Amino acid sequence: MKPSARSDLAGRLGRGLVRGLPLLWLGLFFLVPFAVTLKISFSSPATAQPPYLPVLDWQGGLEGWREFLEALDFENYQMLAADALYRDAALSSLGYAALATAILVLLGTPTAYAMSRASARWQPILVALVIVPFWTSFLIRVYAWIAILKPEGLLNAALIKLGLIGAPLPILDSPFGVLIGLTYAYLPFMVLPLYAVMSRLDPALTEAAADLGAARVRTFFTVTLPLSLPGLAAGALLCFIPMVGEFIIPDLLGGSDTLMLGRVLWSEFFSNRDWPLASAVAVLLLILVVGPVVLFREAELRREEAAEGRAGEGGR
Amino acid sequence: MPDSAPPTASAPLLRLERVIKHFGAHRAVDAVSLDLAGGEFFCLLGPSGCGKSTLLRLVAGFEAPDSGTIRLGEADLTALPPHRRPVNMMFQSYALFPHMSVAANLAYGLKGLGLNRAQSAERVTDLLRLVRLEGFEGRRPGTLSGGQRQRVALARALARQPRLLLLDEPLGALDRALREETQAELRAIQRRLGTSFVVVTHDAEEAMALADRIGVMEGGRLVQVGPPRELYERPASRFVAGLLGDVNLIAGRLGPTEPGGVRSVETALGTLCASGAGEAGASVVVAIRPERMVIGGVSAGGLTGKLSEATFLGDRVRYRVAMADGTSLRASAALPGAGPAPSVGEAVTVTVPADAARVLPA
Repeated sequence: MKPSARSDLAGRLGRGLVRGLPLLWLGLFFLVPFAVTLKISFSSPATAQPPYLPVLDWQGGLEGWREFLEALDFENYQMLAADALYRDAALSSLGYAALATAILVLLGTPTAYAMSRASARWQPILVALVIVPFWTSFLIRVYAWIAILKPEGLLNAALIKLGLIGAPLPILDSPFGVLIGLTYAYLPFMVLPLYAVMSRLDPALTEAAADLGAARVRTFFTVTLPLSLPGLAAGALLCFIPMVGEFIIPDLLGGSDTLMLGRVLWSEFFSNRDWPLASAVAVLLLILVVGPVVLFREAELRREEAAEGRAGEGGR
Repeated sequence: MPDSAPPTASAPLLRLERVIKHFGAHRAVDAVSLDLAGGEFFCLLGPSGCGKSTLLRLVAGFEAPDSGTIRLGEADLTALPPHRRPVNMMFQSYALFPHMSVAANLAYGLKGLGLNRAQSAERVTDLLRLVRLEGFEGRRPGTLSGGQRQRVALARALARQPRLLLLDEPLGALDRALREETQAELRAIQRRLGTSFVVVTHDAEEAMALADRIGVMEGGRLVQVGPPRELYERPASRFVAGLLGDVNLIAGRLGPTEPGGVRSVETALGTLCASGAGEAGASVVVAIRPERMVIGGVSAGGLTGKLSEATFLGDRVRYRVAMADGTSLRASAALPGAGPAPSVGEAVTVTVPADAARVLPA
């Protein structure tokens, strides 16, 4: 059966390729750069090109490797631990990201819900409206917020005209400005996964709830929201993770005293040219961001196991 | 039983008056009027797209009628949202809440009824016993079989003890063997509780097995309402005749009314005697159920043809007889006893008893 054997081989090759390509991609563009970053974070800064030591001498053989490994140390991480600046920046980044995520959940959930309840004709239009901002450069859109938020900007002018305030509010260059920017920039990432889940819920489920006497609010909190939790979790992670490391928004909308890891990383890298320390900050950022994902996955697995365990008990 | 009086003697439980519903330009429900008695088991029967499900959703409140009124007892439901209507619905997809246990699904509708914790728990236990699912209270719907899910859906819809229960294709997702068993169970539960059931189905056999009365829908209209036997034996139209079972339709011209109400109909096959109304000279069809045709009997007034097919079906034989004008008639009979059975290719006589032939508008 030669032809079938050949097609079998082709099939196996095809499947291997489909599985292998993403792994190759991940390896080339995530793992290798990360390994380089990790290595630099164990190095020491130097006034050289590249600006760190040691650099592996490929001609040195085994002896060269030994020298290279001996020159690596945890000094940068000790520095991160010792200097309160980094701890404060990390905590403040997590704080901003958590607060902005909470605001996004509160804003995104009703938005996605309204979209999913809109008529079939309106839904694609509403989705398009959520996506439309991506057609414009992110940087330009954040600059536009400067024009809105600055003391003589649109928002303050409108508030003064309405007589709500007497003098311009210092929204720009404040933590409040950063939160506005984060909320604005990440809202689509919260709304879209939520909408994807909500719009796919069987409409008969909410009808059944109404049929059993539940008014809209009870239906939402007992049926729609619990069944949308996977979308909510995906949206929250999709927002929280990049917000922890966000650089442009705190840099443009936050004051000089807005402390976030992204900014610290930038200044270590570009102002101080301390690549090793900047790399250590990058690794710290990664750990901060991967932590919640791992915790989330663990909780998810535990919940699934618990559900299966319960299912097993009642069996006949 | 809250209401054991015959349907006609008591005030109707549900009354629909000229209910009309459009979807765009399509008239999904067309001026439907219907009275339903307390304790009645009613089936809405029709092909898909005939408006039977829409009618059910109008009663449940998921759709609002363009005009007409829907009353339950004394109350006008027409403007009430679904969660305020004292009717419940069992959904075709069951619509069980996948994130809740069976017990939580059953208890969902009990909130707001003024039951305390113990009463609620007792009601859930009663419901589980009613549908024979004791011990399943902790299970998630996803871990149940199709038949078990169907029973949970039924129990949940009955939790609020509605006077009227709407069931949208309640047996549609079950396989054939389970369906027959469940039909009997559904009927027994309905009798025991005395709740009025309105079942939507496209399966005529199911409708006949379940219902006290059947309402046949065609193109949004309720075209005939009556007990199953009446609909089967005296259909008002070719559509109803064909929907409820296999039928031979022979076109002809109606003769004058003869003594005893028997009408003669001139057809291409010869003169047939039939019952029914109509003006003499009108174009009509004569409808005859295959099992009412008598085959092989040599009698006066029989139609002659050639047996072209005889199919053994276990409990009966189905015949196809080719007639002289090129049409063919279908007949079915219980297995022939000792006598000689007609064989294929033989000339046979087909006799149509006058009481089996029904005159219908062409």
